[in-house]
Amino acid sequence: MTLAGSPAIESTARPIRGGRRLSLNWLGVAPFFAYVGLFLLLPTAILAVGAFVDKDGHPALSNVTAIGQPYLLRTFVGSTIVSLISALVGAIFGALLAYAVATGNPRGVLRRVVTSAAGVFAQFGGVTLVFAFIATIGPVGLVRVFLQDRGVDIFPSGVWLYEPSGLTLIYTYFQIPLMVLVFLPALDGVRPQWREATESLGGTTWHYWRYVAGPLLAPSFLGCTLLLFANAFSAYATAAVLITQGGVLVPLQISALFTSETGQAQPGLAKALALSMVAIVTIVTVLYALLQRRTSRWLR
Amino acid sequence: MKFASFTRHLGVVAVASVLVAACGSSSGGGTASCNAKAAKSVSDCGGMDALVAAAKAEGKLNIIATPPDWANYGASIDAFSAKYGIKVTSANPNGGSQDEIDAVNSLAGTSSAPDVLDVGLKYALANTALFAPYKVATWNDIPADQKEATGLWFQDYGGYMGIGYDPSKVPGGVINSFSDLLGSGFKSKVALAGDPLKSNQAVNGVLMASLANGGSVDDVSNGVAWFHKLKQAGNYVPIIGTGATVKSGTTPVLFEWDYLSSSHGKDVSGWKIFEPPGAILGNYYTQAINKQAPHPAAVRLWEEYLFSDEGQNNWLKGGARPVRMDAMQKSGKLDAAASAALPKVSGTPVFPSADQQTAAGTYISSHWSAAVG
Repeated sequence: MTLAGSPAIESTARPIRGGRRLSLNWLGVAPFFAYVGLFLLLPTAILAVGAFVDKDGHPALSNVTAIGQPYLLRTFVGSTIVSLISALVGAIFGALLAYAVATGNPRGVLRRVVTSAAGVFAQFGGVTLVFAFIATIGPVGLVRVFLQDRGVDIFPSGVWLYEPSGLTLIYTYFQIPLMVLVFLPALDGVRPQWREATESLGGTTWHYWRYVAGPLLAPSFLGCTLLLFANAFSAYATAAVLITQGGVLVPLQISALFTSETGQAQPGLAKALALSMVAIVTIVTVLYALLQRRTSRWLR
Repeated sequence: MKFASFTRHLGVVAVASVLVAACGSSSGGGTASCNAKAAKSVSDCGGMDALVAAAKAEGKLNIIATPPDWANYGASIDAFSAKYGIKVTSANPNGGSQDEIDAVNSLAGTSSAPDVLDVGLKYALANTALFAPYKVATWNDIPADQKEATGLWFQDYGGYMGIGYDPSKVPGGVINSFSDLLGSGFKSKVALAGDPLKSNQAVNGVLMASLANGGSVDDVSNGVAWFHKLKQAGNYVPIIGTGATVKSGTTPVLFEWDYLSSSHGKDVSGWKIFEPPGAILGNYYTQAINKQAPHPAAVRLWEEYLFSDEGQNNWLKGGARPVRMDAMQKSGKLDAAASAALPKVSGTPVFPSADQQTAAGTYISSHWSAAVG
């Protein structure tokens, strides 16, 4: 079979040389663009159209203006607080961990263990992660019951695990390792020579951080924090599994507006909310890109 | 075997569909003695014997979204099949009300279309154009506000919103009043069986709290305020209570329809249901006959069976309250043991209309997060 078949392949493969190959170059990226078009641009377009159409299909601004209702604004505040706190906690602890790794042996065990663990934990989310937390510190979780039997109640005024504060805790579980992954390259770009130069000019550690490393790393640190913010802000599965009631976050409110059986389903309003999330995440991502560009001027 | 019987029936189905097609838009269907398709009561069909004969001739009945363990439906299905020799086909046992409506529409005109529906009242009200009017022999026992005057739909069984609880996890092992739940012994124990933004059951749970705290079915704000207090006391568990959370002990006190709550008894021994006095909120399911039922006589006989003393008692044994319960209590036909096993109720039941439930849902959707979230 192969013997008989290969000459034929040879003969058809050869003429492809020359000018024709150039015109086929776009084929390589076609699947990517098709994917982006189908799963990113098309849904966004559907949202953008749906947000400006009323129940009867007529163009309207009612959905967008309805976002101004106090209970919907609360969801944006809720989402922002959860995202901001989890991003800040993740950024600070992630940066410290990354610094410990960056200053260690570049080929050492610590670095390899931390980076591969961070790669795994940064992707740990959704049902499995929530289950892990419920099974440990949930109302009947192992650790909770263990502590309770010894007189320590971790839920003195209600089960906060099922509230935004619990969600923030769970988010930091994947925010810290994500920070390690995205911040480590910036730290690796800081050259030991700069510190030596500071010291040879009589600078202290404080001077080094205040005038050299700090300004160099600040754009990257802020950029990575923004990335963490966007990561938390747009997360749905983890929140939906943990907080099964009420619409304290924007994605949960969108879900309620789509699937309510109590006569509250308002798909247009849900799409308008989703569109405003897209806008927020777009702004954050653009800021992140700008900061990354500034970082790359110094750190290569 | 399966295939042989399939081909054997194929001929019957073909003949039947030709017959149905031939009768078409005229009064259609049925046998000479009983024009079942147009019959609005058993007398229209020439009496019970004629209906039974016509139903036996059809030999089949299609039901939908009625699992055998749901309100003890299985007992009625088996007894009906045995009594009349009619094969009951139960489709999509775990479907919801909307699935039933969808099946009627998508299977319209085929022999596998559902003959009968058992849906939430809201779905019955929205789809009366799909139903055939029929009044069962025991029609007068059904309270007037639980049936459509011409018989397009009529409620069959249901129950009340209750507070199910595990006695071993509450102070004193018993709940005596609504305000008990705000006490310190209920820390992180009280939950709803749904998301109030999405689920009718949860909305009714909040409505019950409103009724018990000076509100009415038209005003759910007291209920939301009560849940705010519950939350402040640290007693509210903001997750959807299910069989799993009850079993694990995460939601030892759960607001739920009593006929569903009673099923937790198999997981939690001694599981009790408290019906708050003066806050009895009712919910009944609704029967309706498909206008284009492929088995018009069998489905009418099925309704006669379900609303007979025997059919009503079958639901009762499943922990649901049959719609003729009061009448059967008076006539002494009610199954006393099954009746005694139901949670105790004091006060006049209130049945919120579809509009009242929607209004409650609207209020909750814009106030819940601020109060409880």
